[in-house]
Amino acid sequence: MQIAPPILSVTPNRALVDEKFKVLVENLPPGCPVTVRSLHRSEDEDDWEAYGHYVSDHRGIVSVSEDLSFGGTYTGKEPMALLWSMRPVPGSRPGLRLRKKNVCTPMLVDISVHSGHEGFRDQAPLASAVTERWYMAPGIQRIDINEQGVRGTLFIPPGPGPFSGLLEMWGGGGGLLEYRSSLLASHGYVSLALDYTRHEHPSANLEFKYFETAFNIIKDHPQVIPDRVGILGSSLGSVVAFALTAYSTVSKPRCIVCISSNHYYPPGRTLKVGTDENTYMSWRSSALDLITDSSNNVDVGKINCPMLLVNGCDDQNWPAVETAEEVARLMRAAGKEHLLSRLLYPDTGHLIEPPFSPHFRATTFVINKQKVILLWGGQTKPHSDAQEDSWRKILSFLQLHLRCGPSPKEKL
Amino acid sequence: MDSKQSCVKLSVQPSRGLIDEKFIVLVQNALPGSQLTIHALHQCEDGHSWEAFGHYTADTTGTVNVSEDPSMGGTYSGVEQMGLLWSLRSVPGSKPGLRMRKKNVQAPMEVTISVYKGHQTQGFADMVPLSGVMVERWYMAPGVRRIPITEDGLTATLFLPSGPGPFPGLLDLWGGGGQLVEYRAALLASHGIASMAIDYLTANITRKTGKMVDNQYFETAYRVLQQHPQVCSSRIAMMGLSFGTSITLKMAIYSKVIKLSCAVCISGSHVQPVDGSVEEILKYFHKNAEKTRLNEKNEVIWRDLLLPIPTDPLLKADVGQLQCPLLLVVGEDDQNWPAPESALDETMERAGNSHLLTVLSYPNAGHLIEPPYTPHARSSTFRTVELSQKVMCLWGGQTAEHSQAQEDAWRKMLVFLRENLYGTRTPTTFSQL
Repeated sequence: MQIAPPILSVTPNRALVDEKFKVLVENLPPGCPVTVRSLHRSEDEDDWEAYGHYVSDHRGIVSVSEDLSFGGTYTGKEPMALLWSMRPVPGSRPGLRLRKKNVCTPMLVDISVHSGHEGFRDQAPLASAVTERWYMAPGIQRIDINEQGVRGTLFIPPGPGPFSGLLEMWGGGGGLLEYRSSLLASHGYVSLALDYTRHEHPSANLEFKYFETAFNIIKDHPQVIPDRVGILGSSLGSVVAFALTAYSTVSKPRCIVCISSNHYYPPGRTLKVGTDENTYMSWRSSALDLITDSSNNVDVGKINCPMLLVNGCDDQNWPAVETAEEVARLMRAAGKEHLLSRLLYPDTGHLIEPPFSPHFRATTFVINKQKVILLWGGQTKPHSDAQEDSWRKILSFLQLHLRCGPSPKEKL
Repeated sequence: MDSKQSCVKLSVQPSRGLIDEKFIVLVQNALPGSQLTIHALHQCEDGHSWEAFGHYTADTTGTVNVSEDPSMGGTYSGVEQMGLLWSLRSVPGSKPGLRMRKKNVQAPMEVTISVYKGHQTQGFADMVPLSGVMVERWYMAPGVRRIPITEDGLTATLFLPSGPGPFPGLLDLWGGGGQLVEYRAALLASHGIASMAIDYLTANITRKTGKMVDNQYFETAYRVLQQHPQVCSSRIAMMGLSFGTSITLKMAIYSKVIKLSCAVCISGSHVQPVDGSVEEILKYFHKNAEKTRLNEKNEVIWRDLLLPIPTDPLLKADVGQLQCPLLLVVGEDDQNWPAPESALDETMERAGNSHLLTVLSYPNAGHLIEPPYTPHARSSTFRTVELSQKVMCLWGGQTAEHSQAQEDAWRKMLVFLRENLYGTRTPTTFSQL
């Protein structure tokens, strides 16, 4: 009689990307060394993997949520590391970054269990299961926006509404990315992912009116509560958030969230780029010079709504710590420090993404039509912890300021 | 505050789950002490609308948790975490005698869950809810593969679990209505068992030739399953409901080819002419057709056709000869088959193999013991393969207890299968069921 195979289960097997799962392996021999591995083929057809080395207990069980990993792409008790510690498989193209373009389909991750620790890849897996990670909850409407010159994608939650709204922006490069807006809609907000980086160079002239129009599109939407619209921007997107909030006489966001924030308002100057020991490019040092010249700063003292700044101490792309300090100083000077909340995460880099997203310390980036490797910073474990914590705090901040009623204790 | 806007937040976790998984329905930010109705709406593949609802009162924090709070009325009452699904019933004005059965198992069942102000009982379509979400209920876990089987004259569908295998296998048989019913096999594959749903009454070969299949058909299905490269040839089970039980017992006891690790028989009987073909067994049931009864609603009761349980051993499958564990699941209010009486008659004690038998007998459960949270149909329009027209068939069961029976039976069936097919006694993954 054949030996009964081990059973691997992922619970839940369909979830939103910011939800946790439990990976369990049963029916192993007791005290058996195994490797639990995740494998994902990206839309660009690159393979990403993560793995941990485990030993089954006397019942023949390995529980990734409860047991320690002895090595691999992560160590310790890490329920979600099979996602956040993912990296391109050996032999892949350098400088890759994982970002979902089509949010209507789930990210498919194959979780498998293999015999042994060293050389686990040499044999076929003992068992495996596919899990789906969704960027969109069921019932969300996705609408292409191309009106009044504004381009983007609008996500509307199911239900009668009306809902609070969000104008959501990423930074330079990458084009229009919808996944954070679809995720915010999954948390009950009407969210517009705005396409505005038509030029690759981050110091291109940004048209003010474009953003005011985009903000109005959300505000005037029949399913949006007009005085409960906020802005969430990362990197260059945070410059827009600051500028719009400080200077617009038309757009009055109820609150703003700035991730890897920057209040330096580039008036068309070219940035000098420095290189680090790996010849990865970094704007950090040259940008420091720029921000000491206050004529380049957005006058954040003019902002009248609550602000949340989320930054990484090891941001190698932009002097995030220094700029956050500068914002705090300006707000203090304007007597508005009470509006400001800051989250500063140690060993965390520039690319603060939704939870469980793999960490990218450096990736390829196109500048002036040239491909370079750009250094973002961060150490994987603390950076991933920061992603998980900051997302929860961002949602909590939005809940407090954009939604009515007392803020309940929301569990992520 | 704008009176038009609602602060009420409704969430269902998980928003995408398997059909047999529980969910948590939570209302937050409601007015403390306010009356609320939580409502479920589903439009099935045939276009009929189904609804369920419960009446609740928000607590002092403005919260309602369906897993913890009692419903004070509606289509279910009491603390019923899954009441919004199992108490679904066709909306007023629908055709009578409907039964919800999923045909396309590759797409999820979509349910809209909403919360309304007050304790409402009708007219939901004309009211604006405070909040609403959409929930998906899947029959197939990610990675499960659906493979139509037409070789060797079979009309069947094989569902393979996610992963390399090899997996234990299972042959899945439904009852006298025929057709190829896939949803239970799809769900079993989602639990790690390579399951083959078999059409044995309206198979393509029967449609073409007019002839009923014989014993060889099932042995062929067994062989095809066994020989599949991703199936453990020595770990095959069989599961049958209603007439499917008759076939399962026949094969488990008498077939020289089929060697089962275990068998599950739901709402059936061992009464059958021993050595009879499928056709002969059906003819035997028909001999007593005049014992058909009608209740006050003109609903057809067929349980008497096999009563009294015969004493002639040639008219009963000899369960004393069974060599593998058998799980019998019966509803004590089964109005279609005398399943409880048959369970009592199982003479395994004398043969010394009663340790192989487990009987799950549920008070006030009817004939159609389906996977958990399937809406209960006490009666529905039905046509067996021999009848030329549909009748309103009484299945039996009281909704709340029948639904409890479905949930309990499924959990125990999975444990039974796991134990006998995988050889493990501690299935921790079913703790959420």
